[in-house]
Formats: sequence, C-alpha cells, structure tokens
Amino acid sequence: MQEIIDGIVQAAGLIATLNPDVMEITGLTISISIVATLIGGVIAVPLGGTIATNTFPGKRGLVQVIQTLYAVPTVTIGLLLFLIISRAGPLGQFQLLFTPAGMVIGDVLLILPIVTGMTFSALANVDRGVHETLVSLGATRRQLLWMVMKEAKFAILAAIALGFGRAISEVGCAIMIGGNIRGSTRVLTTAISLETSMGNIGFSIALGVILLLIALAVNLFVSYLQGDGNP
Amino acid sequence: MITATSLSKTYGDRTALDRVSLSVQKGEIFGIIGPSGSGKSTLLRLFDLIETPTAGTIALGGVTVPARGRGQLQVIRQMGMVFQRPAVFSGTVRENIGAGLRFRGEGQEVIDQQVQRMLRLVRLEGYEDRIASTLSGGELQRVAIARAAVTRPMVLFMDEPTANLDPHSTAVIEDLVRHLATVEKTTIVLATHDMVQGQRLCDRIGVMIDGRLVQNGTPDEIFSSPATTEVAIFTGIDNLLSGTVETVTDGIADVVVAGYHLQAVASDQYRGPAILSIRPEEVTLTQALGPDGSARNQMRGTITRLLSLGPLVRVTVDCNAVTVTALITRASCREMHLAAGSVVTARFKASAAHLIMGL
Repeated sequence: MQEIIDGIVQAAGLIATLNPDVMEITGLTISISIVATLIGGVIAVPLGGTIATNTFPGKRGLVQVIQTLYAVPTVTIGLLLFLIISRAGPLGQFQLLFTPAGMVIGDVLLILPIVTGMTFSALANVDRGVHETLVSLGATRRQLLWMVMKEAKFAILAAIALGFGRAISEVGCAIMIGGNIRGSTRVLTTAISLETSMGNIGFSIALGVILLLIALAVNLFVSYLQGDGNP
Repeated sequence: MITATSLSKTYGDRTALDRVSLSVQKGEIFGIIGPSGSGKSTLLRLFDLIETPTAGTIALGGVTVPARGRGQLQVIRQMGMVFQRPAVFSGTVRENIGAGLRFRGEGQEVIDQQVQRMLRLVRLEGYEDRIASTLSGGELQRVAIARAAVTRPMVLFMDEPTANLDPHSTAVIEDLVRHLATVEKTTIVLATHDMVQGQRLCDRIGVMIDGRLVQNGTPDEIFSSPATTEVAIFTGIDNLLSGTVETVTDGIADVVVAGYHLQAVASDQYRGPAILSIRPEEVTLTQALGPDGSARNQMRGTITRLLSLGPLVRVTVDCNAVTVTALITRASCREMHLAAGSVVTARFKASAAHLIMGL
C-alpha cells in the first residue's frame, strides 16, 4: 500500500514539474494518435458513408465483418503488420519497423473498423425520410452522402473520438511495431509496461494518470457530442 | 404531363400496385383517394422515382423515364414530392427550403429570392432564420411544401399533405395547391383519404382499391356514380340495394329490390342483377305516405337507429328486408320528433339513384 502511496506522490511531482521525459512520451503519444485518427477518419468516414448509402450484394456480411473487427486484438494487428513491414516482408524496403510512421499505420488499421462501423451505424440511423426527401429534391449521390453525414455529424465525431481513444490506449501493436525505443517510439502505454517491470512505480503511475486524463477528456467530449446529437 | 402505363409493384408475394394506367394533364389537380394500404403512396413513390416499378412505364411530358442513371436524375429534378411525414434537415428554414436549389447549383442570391417567394406563399414570412426542427407540425409541412415547390417542378406529388393538421394549416396548404396549379401551372397529384378535400380541391379523382385504380373521373362522377360497390362504400354510400333491372324505358330503369319497384336513371338497356346506390344525403324522410315532390321512390319503414354526427343525424330505417339510411339535419330530426320506433317514409329521386351493373 505504501508503495502505491509513494508512487502517487512521486507521480504528482513528475506531472507538476512537467518532467521532460513524461512530457516527451505524452507528446509523442498524442501526436501519433492524432495523426492516426486523422488518417483513419479520412478513410473510414467516407467508407462507412458509402456502405450506408449504397445497396450491394454482401453488404450485411461486410458490416458484420467490420463490426467483428472492433474487437480484433491489438497484438494480432501488430503481428500482421510486423510481418508486412519487417525487413523480409513485402513492404520491408520502406523501413517502417520501429518508427513512429509504422506505429501510425498500426493505429490506423486498429481504428479503421470501429470508425467505419460506427459511421455506418450513425448514417443508418438517420431517418429514412431524410434519404427519400434528398432523392426527391434531386440530390446527386455525393450531395446525398454529404447531407446525410451532416445529419449524423455528432455521431460521426463521436466515432472518431472513440477511434482516437482506441489508438491512444493500445499497447500490443505499439510494442511490436514501435519497439518502445526511448525518444523515438516510446509512448504512454509501452512506457508504463516497461517502467513497471523495472520497478519505477511512481513514473508508471504518473504516465497512467496522464493516460487516464486523456481518456477522460475524450470520454467527456464523446458524451457532449452524444448529448447534442440526441437532445 | 405525366402518364403511367400498366404500372405494377410487388413486394415479395404482396402486390402493392396492380397494372395502374393513368394520365394527368398540365396544370391539373388530380386526387388519388382510397383506403389505407390501397397503394396511393406506392403510386406516388413510383411516379417520383423513389421506388422502381416491377412492371410498367412512366412518361413525363411524353418522354419515357429511363430506368436508372443520370437521365433519371434530370427527370427527378423536374418533379417534387411532399411526404405525409415531412423529414426536416438540421439547420434553418432557409437552408431547408433552399436545399433543392443548392443541389442544382443556384447562387445564394437566387436561393434567397426564391426562399422569400415561397415563405410568402406558405405564409411563413419572417421564419427564414428559425431552426426548422423547432416548428410545429403544420408549419413544418408548409416548409416541406415550400421546399418541394421552390424549384418550380413540372409535377408536384403530395402524399396526404394535410393529414393530422390543424384547420388553419390545412386551409393555407389548400390555397397554395390551388395557386400552384392555376398560377404556376404546376401539375399536382395529391393522395388523400379526405374525400371532402378531394371534392373541394381536385379537377379529377382516381379511386384506388387493393392496388388497382378502379375508377377515375370528376369528383361528381366519383361521388354520385361509383363504378363498383367498393368505390361506393369508400365514398360513404351506405345505401347499396341489391336488385334486378327489369325494364328500361325512356332512360328510367325499373329495379325490383325485395319486392319494391324502384326507379333509377339508366343510360343503357341493361337487364339483370344490379346494385342501386343512393347517397344517404339524397334520401329524405317524411311521416306521411304518398306523393311528395319529384321523389319517385318511396319506402315505408320503422326507424331502428339514430346516430348523431354533429349538425347532422344518420337515421337508419328498416323497410321490410331493405335497410335505408338517410342523413338529415338535426333541426329536421327535432321538428319531426323522430325516434327509434317512429314510422316514416324514405324517399329519393330516380336521378339520385345510381345503378352499378354487370355484377
């Protein structure tokens, strides 16, 4: 118990004094997660919108596959990506392994299903009458998709925020692809894992508190959006 | 202006629309009436290309509408649709009404002018910056009509546009429909379950029963000369007397109904089984028996039921195996001291009796 109390006190000190190591790890974590979320969002939102507003054979099966991938283990994505970008893999020539770029790719793969699936759900929940009214008003496919996405904007933003939450909190892919290299690919989750194994409980708690605060901020943002989206 | 030829729509085993052929002229207000589930909305949705027909074709301005593709979008942009339950887009009334113009690439100045024009027509001046979702049902429906009509469509389809609305909103919408048809020469196809509205507003009416268009004609033709018993029942005729046409002389048929010889105006020499259809408001009641004005038909009977309908009373008279219903004013009912058990004579003119033949 004393160890935990000491850890919390040390963590408070590290955060209050803006410890350079803690700040560097936090900065890198947020940067990688934001970039991955932006790239993932740019791909996933139009993809989810296209699936929602079109009818094609196998649509139901595709949606089920996407929804199943919400729960894909991060180490599985890490392993697959490792095999692809490692020196002997098909994309080995780009030397992405153990780089922040490689970690971004891993995070993008992780959040694509959740943002695509939730965008699809958000658009599927838009009143059918809105679709039909847009068709009857002479909207092109692109105008229809844009208008329907506008109607579901709060739910789509919530999907993106959840994608960010998944990216920032995962550890399996970050370890396998990033390698937890200090000053280069060490992020909050991998640092907590390493520091705990080295017995630096205070440092781990400090990083954990920061991770929790970020998660709390994301959660508050999502709640705010959902509140506005469903008055 | 718009023509349907043998238009059918099936959903699985269910036939929603069965070989409907119909032609509506430019500037005409065509009403589609029929019970719930008779296919009125399906017909409008096929016309507006929201759904694809299982069989049959649609032509707009004499040109057959393509099954799909960019050509179809061009046709859709010449039409407008008002749904029974209007879907509102997030944003202001101005953004809602201007949506169709934005899709067509119009500039903001044109959009603002046209939105103001429509707001005046639907009597919602000053509402342009209101959030559309905060409007009342009646206001919302008027915005939906403005949104559909702002692009000056050649044909405007309206699916029960005044269902569940207050009398003021209904009157505004009916005025607007007349304005669009007479001033802007917009062709209007309007589905309604309100028969009185159909009579009030429409140049012609089509009656849908079980997915089929069973009759179309002027409101007078539909309401006084129904083609089938189904149409008669739907249009509120509850006097449907089964009988046999025995002779037709000088355009007057002698119809035997349960021993009564009744007379009805007939245009051909038909003999055989027929249904005599008489609107209840065409039946008068007197206490005395004997000649009374020009009513050629009279049957003596006993009142079995009086049902109050606001200013009117529906009186059911049992005339020995024939039941006749009359719709009279409350004042007449009071003056005649009518009550269940009273003996009265039910009368109606030969011209008020319509023959449904070929059973």
